[in-house]
Amino acid sequence: MSDHYDVLIIGAGVVGNAIARELSRYRLKIAVVEREQDVGMGSSSRNSGVLHSGINYKPGTLRAMLDVQGNSLMEGLCRELKVKIDYIGKLTIAQDKDDIKTLQRLKEQGEANGVPGLEILNADQMRKKQPDVGGIAALWSPTSGIICPYGLTIALAENAFMNGVRFFLGHEVTSIQRKEEGFLVNTGNGHRFTTTILINAAGLFSDRVCRMLGINEYRIYPCRGEYLILDKRLKGSLSVLVYPAPKENMPGLGIHLTNTVDGNILIGPSNEYIDDHDDCASTSNIMALLRKEGHELLPMLSTSDFIRSFSGLRAKQTSPEEKGYKDFVIESRKDVPGFINLVGIESPGLTCAPAIGLMIKDMVAERIALEEKKSFISERPGRLGMFSELPAEERADLASQDPDYGEIVCRCEQVTKREILEAIQNPLGCKTIAGIRYRARATMGRCQGGFCLPRIVEILEKDFGYRLEDFILNRPESRLFTGRAR
Amino acid sequence: MQTLKHDLVVIGGGPAGLAAAIAAKEAGCDDVLLIERDRRLGGILNQCIHDGFGLHRFGKALTGPEYAQHFIDRLDALAIQRMLGTIVLSMEGGHVLHISSKTGFRRISAGAVILGMGCRERTAGAICLPGTRPAGIYTAGAAQTFINLQNIMIGKRIVILGSGDIGLIMARRLTLEGAEVEAVFEILPYASGLPRNIQQCLNDYGIPLYLSTSVIDIHGKERVTGVTVAEIGPDRRPVPGTERHVACDTLLLSVGLIPENELTRGADILIESRTSGAYVDDAFMTSRPGVFSCGNVLHVHDLVDYVSEEAETVGRNTAAFLKGDMRPAESHIDIKPGNGVGYVLPQRVGGEKDFVLSLRVSEPFRNRAVLVREGKRKVKRKKMVRLHPAEMIRMNVKVDKIQDAMSLEVSVE
Repeated sequence: MSDHYDVLIIGAGVVGNAIARELSRYRLKIAVVEREQDVGMGSSSRNSGVLHSGINYKPGTLRAMLDVQGNSLMEGLCRELKVKIDYIGKLTIAQDKDDIKTLQRLKEQGEANGVPGLEILNADQMRKKQPDVGGIAALWSPTSGIICPYGLTIALAENAFMNGVRFFLGHEVTSIQRKEEGFLVNTGNGHRFTTTILINAAGLFSDRVCRMLGINEYRIYPCRGEYLILDKRLKGSLSVLVYPAPKENMPGLGIHLTNTVDGNILIGPSNEYIDDHDDCASTSNIMALLRKEGHELLPMLSTSDFIRSFSGLRAKQTSPEEKGYKDFVIESRKDVPGFINLVGIESPGLTCAPAIGLMIKDMVAERIALEEKKSFISERPGRLGMFSELPAEERADLASQDPDYGEIVCRCEQVTKREILEAIQNPLGCKTIAGIRYRARATMGRCQGGFCLPRIVEILEKDFGYRLEDFILNRPESRLFTGRAR
Repeated sequence: MQTLKHDLVVIGGGPAGLAAAIAAKEAGCDDVLLIERDRRLGGILNQCIHDGFGLHRFGKALTGPEYAQHFIDRLDALAIQRMLGTIVLSMEGGHVLHISSKTGFRRISAGAVILGMGCRERTAGAICLPGTRPAGIYTAGAAQTFINLQNIMIGKRIVILGSGDIGLIMARRLTLEGAEVEAVFEILPYASGLPRNIQQCLNDYGIPLYLSTSVIDIHGKERVTGVTVAEIGPDRRPVPGTERHVACDTLLLSVGLIPENELTRGADILIESRTSGAYVDDAFMTSRPGVFSCGNVLHVHDLVDYVSEEAETVGRNTAAFLKGDMRPAESHIDIKPGNGVGYVLPQRVGGEKDFVLSLRVSEPFRNRAVLVREGKRKVKRKKMVRLHPAEMIRMNVKVDKIQDAMSLEVSVE
């Protein structure tokens, strides 16, 4: 017997989870299948965490429409889901007269897209927003912002889960068969699912899912962006987002500094087409370039301020020769009834996610009558942000009631034992060390787990019965340990 | 919130904090509180189960826990108050400490504070190591914790990057535990660890050390499967054609230590970029009156014996400060590192007392002298056969030699 669902979503990235969460408002049996051991392990957690205003996209495109809509939905969504978000605004900087023309074009484009509050600033006005910034003018977009990308992805999934969506982590789709009414989906671990509606939100692997259904017209070209993460010591040296004015045919928006909602600064991303859909390595040439750029953009940067590197892949539909962008593909396939297909959701997919959720809901409604659930809970329980970010009084109060709030496990990020326990007992049942990292921020600080990882391992061993082979970083074979010492 | 008051608070129960607290109490400061974030005293010494500690101080080779126990026993005998499992979250103005423990949050107002927080290890991110980020990349100290304190093996086939002392110690330790240590690679043309550790931990076990060689790529998507290493030229770039693959399941990093001065920075205490520790005078007082610093949080030491010695000086100084016996110097003499010197401590002296200079050279030298001078005038000269960045150099300077000096420079001649 296989499980039957009304809707099955392939891919638990931010897009898949936003769709799941939106559909969980209705009386539907929904499943999300994900190849990785946790949600959001692909591009959703490996990006700048920027909320785009919508100035960069051609009017009338899905990217323009969904971005502006997603941007405005995000504030309320993050309030409900307790996800950190900050509309800090963005300066797009002109260095010369040509760039000023670009800014004017972007402003007109943004206004056509419905982006509110756009202003061209002269150098003085620009430096009021961000002192020391070089350039002759800037386009100010107040609705640009920052968000915790994996925080949002996890929160969407947890809220969807609360509302009845089932998550199948570690389930990689290997084949799909069309049935008279719907689909049979097989996953690598021998699980079979049947579903009436199948949604492809597989991101970098969305073209592969298409091919499983005989749809051959799409191809994803992974384009890697590398980043360096800077120590929180530098928090405050950047108050708004600062981007260079875009140039023709750039595959991304250029290397820049981005502040994160957690107080780190990112340098990146680079642009490099690669063949492997799964190669998130950092490379020496680009690391050297990012370091150089970093020192130029932030003169107070010292070599000990780099705490980690990471890279992520853009699911581009344009080949290295074509460059540039193609619009998102979001379609309810007429030739494969019941198949809703999303291909090439690269930047600004994070910003668009809530709007994509609504758009897909409408597509589902064309095939299944949707009936709202009275039991839908829109709020995620818990705390917004970390315990250490709460006001001192409130922290003192909580710590006096619960000793686990008094014990700091990760000293760099000041993560309490209570937060570690919450992360370990996450509703989705993710059991990886990376899962604890993304939920509690433990090991994400400047010592990168040197001090707290042994303590976390001790907690998992003693209080949760983990055996040595249960300790995995993120994937099944990513074992931390090889045995006992003699 | 409860506010406690103490004359002296020592932050950190490792070798520096222990020795400082004991010395302060012995010098007449009755109200000493020692705060330690771990659940036991001793700091990193607890995981250092190898011997070699205490050769200078006790004239015998002790293990880390044995060395620590000497001080813990004395701390007990003196009935010095302590808070374990307690972390200092912030240091308002240097003298009001916000602490957190299982018993909740508290505030402590301290007459004086001694910083003894130690250091942390430099990570793959901090040295911008390229490659993938699979499981199996550990700093040497974290690996030491797992093996020695938690009885967990972190790998079977090991490559070590960096020849710092902890890496060398772990090369031997892992070998004894049955792992194969392929090699130690060091980017510099000389080893960073002590010569005795090169001999006892590598040479004695046939583990090769490759100098001017570094890891330039890490392979593996789930667990480490290998690394690419290459010779590094004088331009600090890989020499083309020298790349080779080394299969391994673990990459251990021993690439330097960074003093943990986040609390210090948070209290707006001046930090010196060469040591990454506080800027101190000859009493080891920081830029905030009444706040002192010692041990590896001040500068990374080579031997724990010297940490204890320095911390004892600081303990006595702090007791004198609290008694009002330490009057601020009328003027200061700045001390600056010159040619061939990586850093020198203290950064300034009052010029009223003899003092000890601690320094490290920036590269290895043979048959040279360390020279302390004021302008062209020689103040002190110490001839040495072997000068090595791995070894701290200490020199006593007599106060009568620096009368009327404005600044001193310490260099390799």
